[in-house]
Parts: sequence; C-alpha cells; structure tokens
Amino acid sequence: MRERDQIAEKLSAAGYIADGELATAIALMQLLKRPLLLEGAAGVGKTEVAKALAAVHGTELIRLQCYEGLDQSAALYEWNYQRQLLAIQAHRGSAGEVEEQIFSEKYLLERPLLAAIRRERSPVLLIDEIDRADDEFEAFLLELLSDFQVSIPELGTIVATTIPHVVLTSNGTRELSDALRRRCLYHYVDYPDVDREARIILARIAGAGASLSLQIARMVESIRKEELRKVPGVAETLDWAAALVGLDVRDLHDAPEVVHETLMCLLKTHEDKARFQPEVTARLLGKVA
Amino acid sequence: MSCCGSPSSYEESLEVSRLIATRLSAFLATLRDNAYAIGLKEGEDAAALIAAGYAERPGLLRSALKHLFSARRSDWDKFDGLFDAFWLGKRVRSRSVTTGSSKAANSPSLKSLSGTERQSMGGDSPPDQIPSDEDAPPQHGGEGRMEGASAADNLGDTDFRKMAEPEQIAQAHAAAALLAKAMRTRLTRRDLARRRGYRLDLRRTIHANVHHGGVPIDLVKRRRKNKPLRLVVLLDASGSMSMYTGVFIRFIHGVLDEFREAEAFLFHTRLAHVSAAMKERDPGRALDRLSMMAQGAGGGTRIGESLHNFNRGHAARVLHSRSCVMIVSDGYETGDAALLGREMAALAKRCRRIVWLNPMMGWDGYAPEAAGIKAALPHVDLYAPAHTLKSLAALEPYLAKL
Repeated sequence: MRERDQIAEKLSAAGYIADGELATAIALMQLLKRPLLLEGAAGVGKTEVAKALAAVHGTELIRLQCYEGLDQSAALYEWNYQRQLLAIQAHRGSAGEVEEQIFSEKYLLERPLLAAIRRERSPVLLIDEIDRADDEFEAFLLELLSDFQVSIPELGTIVATTIPHVVLTSNGTRELSDALRRRCLYHYVDYPDVDREARIILARIAGAGASLSLQIARMVESIRKEELRKVPGVAETLDWAAALVGLDVRDLHDAPEVVHETLMCLLKTHEDKARFQPEVTARLLGKVA
Repeated sequence: MSCCGSPSSYEESLEVSRLIATRLSAFLATLRDNAYAIGLKEGEDAAALIAAGYAERPGLLRSALKHLFSARRSDWDKFDGLFDAFWLGKRVRSRSVTTGSSKAANSPSLKSLSGTERQSMGGDSPPDQIPSDEDAPPQHGGEGRMEGASAADNLGDTDFRKMAEPEQIAQAHAAAALLAKAMRTRLTRRDLARRRGYRLDLRRTIHANVHHGGVPIDLVKRRRKNKPLRLVVLLDASGSMSMYTGVFIRFIHGVLDEFREAEAFLFHTRLAHVSAAMKERDPGRALDRLSMMAQGAGGGTRIGESLHNFNRGHAARVLHSRSCVMIVSDGYETGDAALLGREMAALAKRCRRIVWLNPMMGWDGYAPEAAGIKAALPHVDLYAPAHTLKSLAALEPYLAKL
C-alpha cells in the first residue's frame, strides 16, 4: 500500500527506526480510526512511537500519564475554583447571573483528554501506562474513545472538533479489560534486533561510528540473554553508548575495563551487578566480533 | 480493490467479493475458536481493509489483520501461524489450536480423582511450621465460617483421597465451589468495615460550596481506597497430587468466579496460565479446556523451574503489594531443590503473603522431609494442611486479615 510506504519513509525521516510492521499499524490507525495499543517490556521505546507519530503527522503531542487514582478532574476537565470564588465575591449579582458567568468556558481548565478533542488539527493523544490507572478510569476512557464527546453537566455536551490519533501504552502491570483491548489495534513492541538497535544508536548518538554501534548492539543483545532481574531496554543502551562515546572508546576490545565499569548504565539491580564479574564481561566481549 | 475496478462484469466481481466474504468469515471462526475476542465490528473492518487493497500481498494482509485481531501478546505470537495455516495452507503446530470444548479431551489425570491410595513416606515428627489460626480439631465457635460447606457437613472431615464414589466427589466439588464463594463475601464485608481514615478533600469542598459563596458549609471528605486482595493460586498437577487436583480445580474455579482479582496457574513439569480457561462459567467445560492446556499433567514436578518461569514471565503483571500467593503442592520436587529455595525467596519479595497448602500434612506421621519443601518453607508465611474441606475453610480468616 502506498500510504504505508509513505509512513515508513516519514518515520525514518523523523528519526524513528521502526520495525517493519509498525508502519502497517499506523496506516491502519488512519484507515480504521481505531486507537493503537502498544505493549512491551519497559524501555523498548513505546512512548517514542507516539512522538514519532506526532512527527509523521506534523501535529502536537498531548500526553496523559496514568497513575493510580487518576480521575476525571485530572484527566478531562476541572473548574477553576479559585477564579470562580473570586468572581462570586466581586459580582454580587443575582444567583442566576453569577452562575451563568462562573460556569462558562473562561473558568474551565482543560486537561489532556478534553484538550485532545478540541484542537483545530488532530493531535496525537498519548495515554501512557494505562495499566497503572484504575479499572473505573479505564471504563470511562472506553466511553470517551468510542463517542469522542464529553458531557460537562454545567456546560452541556462538547463534541470533538477533530478526532485525535490515540496511542495507548501498557507495561502489563495489570491485565487490561477485554473491551478496551478489542477496541484497539494491537502492536507488541519487542526488543530490537541487533541490526535495528545499531541503527538506533547510530541515529541518536552523535559520534558513535558504525562499527562501534554494531559492537554495542551485539554486546547488549548478549547481555539480554543472560539471566537478569531487569533486562536493559533501548534507553539504557543509548545511555551506555553515550557513556562510551563520552569516554572516547572507539572499539570495545580496546578498553575492557571501561566497558566493565560503564555497565552500570545497563544493570540496574544489585544482584545483576554482582553477577557480572569481570570474567563474565570478558566472556561476552569475546563473543562480540 | 481486490474485486472492483476490473471492467469485466458486475456479476463476476460480485461473485468474487461474495467468495472473499465467506472465506473471511471462516477465518474469523477459526480465530474465535483459538480464543481471539473478535466482534462484528472487527469483521467489518477486516472487509474494509481488504477493500482498501491490503490483500495484494499476503505478508501485508497478515500484518494488517494481526494488528486488528490481536488483543494480547499470546494472540500476537500465534497469529502468524494461524494465518499461514488458513490462507497459505501451511502446517500449524496442532497444539496451539485450542477449541472451546471438546469431548475428545483425553487428558485423564486431571479428571480422574479417585486414584489409588498412596502410602505416606516415612517420618515421625508431627506437622510443624507456622500454625494456621486454627487447625482441624477444635470447633471454634459458630462464626458462620462454614456457611458454604455446611451442606456437605458429613464430608467436612473426610480426606479428599478417601472419597471414592462419584456422588461423594461431586458433593465435595460443589462444597469447594460454595466455600470459595463464602470466602469472597466475607472478605468483602471486612474490606468495607476498614474503610475509615478520613481526610478533608479541599478541592471538592470548595467546589461543593461555590453556591454558599465560598463559605465552607458542606465538607467533603476523602477516604482511602482499598485495593482488593488479589489471590494468585499455583496448583501442582503432578502425579503425586492426582487425588487432590480435582477438588482444588473446582475450588479454584469458584475462587476465580467470585474474586474480582484472581489468577490461576497450573504446574507440573512446566507452568501454564489457566485463568482464561477457568473463567468459563460451566465447570465441566472449564475442566475440558483445562485438560487440553495441561498436557503432561500427572508426571513429575519441577516446582523450582515452574516458579522461575512464573517470576520471570508473569509475576510483574500478576502480583502487586496486596497479593496473596497460594501454592497448593505436596512439595515433592523432582528438579533442583536449591533453585526452588532461590525462587521462593524472589517470590516472597514480590507479594504480601505466601500460603503453602499441603494436602499431605493431614496424613498421619507426615513431616516435611522432602528436600523441596524444606528449601521452600523458610519463605512461606503460612503452611497449612488442605486435605479436607474444613482445612480449606480455616484459611478464610487468615486471608481476611491481609
């Protein structure tokens, strides 16, 4: 499909090295007008997809970070109570007049979800880590995503001026409801393969040469295969690459001690760190051509 | 796109699109049989995709439909195989194809409950370790704890393995299901009673008092929200447990049905996540689906390895700070006992409590001598017998306190 290839091109122009199927997913989002649900381990670049998508469409990215206890007033809208109180004190008109005034647009605080449906141009709405929000919020979100309208009791129903491109991400700390899953397109983001990771390093870290990038990617891949408590993600790889470049390492084999010492960029628990004795690093380094 | 556009004849194109529609709906049926949740809307969208030209290349269509029809990782992983098998006629590993119910399910070990009697292994010291709140003998008052099980009063004290007649077994099953239900209602009541600890919610108070001109007359308070207890059951389905698995599966089925948050896993030489199969309303069908998933049940037990897989693959998703892990096993580890100890330690860090139910504990002269159970016990919060309905019922006050 032509659109799909165009999207793939635009993605790489935006600096996002996508795996082959992601372009299809984005093309489908447009065609079917469905949200995209991204799942995958922490640090594989789920949030980056939304940023890249915003770049592809050339629009704004509106982000809603979910957390436990997130409710409508933090996600959708809230009245500006302080201003309302001030207005009441200042006016002293009849009750009807005051009410008319203080429940108007001027006193309404837009939160991400409301903002996303009132833009001139469809923005990208990123609902990050939806699995951290409560079940009730998920149900509410489901309603919003199907109708794209919001009813505010004091003001009436607000219908979306544009339909945003919705991306949801989940780390899998909680099982999402089937209803939400069914409404969304699904894409599983896996750790990138060596080749793709090398290209990501090359694109992101200035000063990392092609051969060093490839070495780093290979090394990280073999580290991921070890029994680790916390498997390093792409963000960690980039940190590590930046550290190595900053310490002027051109070839991993030249500076095994530096490699071993900088592994703290990748290994984030005490146990993992303890397991990686210098011999282990040397063994893995030996496998990296 | 696949049909229209060619000027040949209208009828011909109509015929082609009809063919595609039939084929597509057959594919949808295949997917539904494989536990994909696909509604009417998805079917329409799939047709729209084909019309939009996605059917030009199989790879493209596969990728597009994969995004549309998958809802979780397991779907995502097995989609390619199913697609290739259906549209391209390639072989798919028959195991990944699981239909809802089937008479042909002949994995007998799960269903055959009345096994032959087994002799307990040697060992003289009485059951020890962390005592449950009340062990079997004393009748601790009419708290109504047995409200579920009272229907089968005479069965309360009978060891599950001594039940041989089908009627008795059926009765025990029903009682186990009822018990699970009773546990749930009681837990809920406690949950509500604990909801105190008010604080003033300033924002809502101001909002509620706008019509008093801002004078705070009606106060709005905030209460702490309680996370419901999550129960994660790991059931040993190995050969040495075969007399008990039936009853426990029924018990787990009841638990999953009633608890809003519960997950179930089955393990023997490997670990299987069975929550989805157990959510089937009809216990018979659930058992059918289960027996297909639990191939290899009735063999040896690799508890350590199964726990390792659980910790690695499921724990992050399934466990939170208010989770109770319930392991039902006799602790005969055929694998590495040291591994079991390590994995238990890791598990203990992630959850609130670990309850180990051991049916063998009710046997006369049983002592936790097996290497596996010895390695595991230091990390267990409650080690209790579970050979009778009564011993199961005794768990409830403990769970309610978590």
